[in-house]
Amino acid sequence: MSVDLQTVKRVARLARIAVSEEDAERMTGELNAILGFVEQLNEVDVSGVEPMTSVTPMEMKKRQDVVTDGSKAADIVANAPATEENFFLVPKVVE
Amino acid sequence: MTLIDTRTPDAKRLIPGATGDWEIIIGLEVHAQVISEAKLFSGASTAFGAAPNANVSLVDAAMPGMLPVINEECVKQAIRTGLGLKAQINHKSVFDRKNYFYPDLPQGYQISQFKQPIVGEGTVIVSVGPDRQGEFEDIEVGIERLHLEQDAGKSMHDQHPTMSYVDLNRSGVALMEIVSKPDLRSGDEAKAYVTKLRTIMRYLGTCDGNMDEGSLRADVNVSVRRPGGEFGTRCEIKNMNSIRFIGQAIDFEARRQIAIIEDGGKIDQETRLYDAVKGETRSMRSKEEAHDYRYFPDPDLLPLEFDQAYVDALAKELPELPDDKKARLISSLGLSTYDASILVSEKSVADYFEKVAAGRDGKLAANWVINDLLGQLNKVGKDIENAPVSPDQLGAVIDLIKDGTISGKIAKDLFEIVWNEGGDPRALVESRGMKQVTDTGAIEKAVDDVIAANPDKVEQARAKPTMAGWFVGQVMKATGGKANPQAVNDLVKAKLGIE
Repeated sequence: MSVDLQTVKRVARLARIAVSEEDAERMTGELNAILGFVEQLNEVDVSGVEPMTSVTPMEMKKRQDVVTDGSKAADIVANAPATEENFFLVPKVVE
Repeated sequence: MTLIDTRTPDAKRLIPGATGDWEIIIGLEVHAQVISEAKLFSGASTAFGAAPNANVSLVDAAMPGMLPVINEECVKQAIRTGLGLKAQINHKSVFDRKNYFYPDLPQGYQISQFKQPIVGEGTVIVSVGPDRQGEFEDIEVGIERLHLEQDAGKSMHDQHPTMSYVDLNRSGVALMEIVSKPDLRSGDEAKAYVTKLRTIMRYLGTCDGNMDEGSLRADVNVSVRRPGGEFGTRCEIKNMNSIRFIGQAIDFEARRQIAIIEDGGKIDQETRLYDAVKGETRSMRSKEEAHDYRYFPDPDLLPLEFDQAYVDALAKELPELPDDKKARLISSLGLSTYDASILVSEKSVADYFEKVAAGRDGKLAANWVINDLLGQLNKVGKDIENAPVSPDQLGAVIDLIKDGTISGKIAKDLFEIVWNEGGDPRALVESRGMKQVTDTGAIEKAVDDVIAANPDKVEQARAKPTMAGWFVGQVMKATGGKANPQAVNDLVKAKLGIE
């Protein structure tokens, strides 16, 4: 599998990362090098092997259904460029 | 997913076009908010209607370095719901990131389940109807899957000329997305299906089903085809939050698609919105890339695993579900399918009925709850939770009929008094002199009086025995409806000398 310039630009846009034409060309090469390594890994036969999700066997940590957080609206919006009455304000988005 | 047609085209569900009949194919994705105190992956509250961003933790706001920790109650709620849908419970499921960019999604991705959902295939029996003959028809709707995911925040676009307001209180609240198979064939079926899902979840206590508050929303996939033919291209109507509108949107959308195809056009697969004011669906004109979600397993979360004992323990605690309750009401109380269907349709109605029916005649209780209580509630637009007559009061009215203290007719008056003024029915009957007259002497006198006053009618009745009914009516009127109708009938016939 390899990616072309078009795909790199599209992926960058989906992730909302500004990538210049020049960078995009360079990154196409880099990404294809990475995908080349992945292709090599794909040659290993892993049929019947469970994907490893943690190095030591662990159970997913769970929380109790208790409210322990919140009531800090001012903190939540503290870093936002624009706010009003603890709402975030963003440039208008209407579908 | 491979589409499998599970149903035979049925003439009564087809809709006629200019070039022949068409069949509507519908599948639904229902988003049901899980009942829990805290959110799916944070300790912030799920309470509705809080001040902006008050129920938000740093996890929900996706601050750097924050890690999700799953709320076990939400897992249990999903399993309970899966059991209620008679579905396969997957002992291992995986959380994935669904990536898209929108201001009310601070993470830039929604934590959802993609390839390995917590609940697999199941079945829901949906009663469609009643039709004009008062009949319900049961259809079987396949469930494709149920998975857990985070809700997004809420944007408001009407507060400012150039800015949108974002409130993250809903961000991170647990949702169950329940995906049906394309087994529905009409707007009425789709409405009945959503209603049934809501009923099941309310019985289970896993979702309050409150559509006004957005606790239950549906995306509706609609396509049309020639009866029994190949599936057509579908359109998805997003974010429906009213059962009535779901029916309307489907009807409109089906006709729109049929018109395009019959004019030689083809359907574009797209997302549409229903405009309830105009009664039409229209294209959201979303960019195609919005659907390129680039799912991948969330590296912050281990797979969710539990054993069968965990599931069994939850299954043991499950309340009686609507289908089981309906079967029990029919078999043990002798109710009709129609009555039982109405009584189990809302958990609150079923609870009310069971209190009234406890130790009483089930059929009589069903008649009173359905015809009198629900009828009256419907008329004044009240919920059963706010009914002015309690189950105990209605039960007392029924007891008074059963022990012969009042007639069925007087009982209606008594019900109305209790409805309007409250009070103990037994005491009201005493204080207002509503007791049925069973004293034959008093009834006899009333019968004699009517006969004496109407000699011409007496002649007629002797010639035509059905005229006896007129005398019964007059006596009932004279006694203020308190005479026992059977006793009056017998006496009238005896006095007139007719059989």
